[in-house]
Amino acid sequence: MNAMTVPLANYIALSAVIFFIGVAGVIVRRNPLIMLMSIELMFNAANLLFAAFARAWLQNAGHIFVFLVITVAAAEAAIGLAIVVTVFRTAKTVDVDDVAFLKG
Amino acid sequence: MVTFWVLAVVLLASAIWCVTAKRPVYSVVALLLHFAALAATYLTLNAEFLAVIQIIVYSGAILILFVFVIALLSSGVAPFATGPNRLPRIAYPAIPLVLIALGFLTWALARTTIATPSTSPTSTLGPVGTAGVFGSVADFGTALFTTYLLPFEITALILMVAVIGVVLLAGDETPYQASKKRAEEVRREMREAILRGGDQ
Repeated sequence: MNAMTVPLANYIALSAVIFFIGVAGVIVRRNPLIMLMSIELMFNAANLLFAAFARAWLQNAGHIFVFLVITVAAAEAAIGLAIVVTVFRTAKTVDVDDVAFLKG
Repeated sequence: MVTFWVLAVVLLASAIWCVTAKRPVYSVVALLLHFAALAATYLTLNAEFLAVIQIIVYSGAILILFVFVIALLSSGVAPFATGPNRLPRIAYPAIPLVLIALGFLTWALARTTIATPSTSPTSTLGPVGTAGVFGSVADFGTALFTTYLLPFEITALILMVAVIGVVLLAGDETPYQASKKRAEEVRREMREAILRGGDQ
């Protein structure tokens, strides 16, 4: 009854692949909005793993962690988008390659 | 098992679509599909509360924020999609590097034995919605407000910091400047009135 129908290794592999799709998005894309969305993908890959391990161990500490991660992700998205808006107001561009005024 | 594979295909396809989409709006749509599939995956993992807050917080709040910012940045300027969406040259070294990192992680995971629970679990599986069953909202709330009360309070602080930070970064300064100008005028009038009073 307590055993999982899907092996834990499947969830680990799925989560790893989604995480690295997010990593590739952050590295390759130059649009800050899509970079932020890729960061959300990485957060969600970690959340999936938390939920899978919580299910495997039947402990709901993993669920609490997912809850906290979702809160932090919401705060991160809000501040990240505010930074994008502020940069766009001053630089008039959203290409992160063109935004280099902090470079010495 | 069939459910898992269907959901896994949807999750991977929507994640790839999100990263490779030409316009940010399509990325948001792909991310919405991804979050919906993830909520379904949480349901298969007996985490019904997580599925609900995944829909409410991610699909409801965060994605709407993205859509609003896209709408804000697209208005009155050259089409948002034309500039920053080319595939840069960094893609050619980056994608093999990411694949190497994924391969390294897979190799490390294949060498690891995943620990299985040795102690008896604190809760059992059962019908959805009853207390004492793994993943039920009642157990989640009890754990959140007793054992994990301090992390819960810290999230309140994090959200407050985020709200203040966003208002400070992207907020409109004009009402504050207007009131500052008015305060300056009042101060000057008072100073002139005092000077006039001293002359008499």
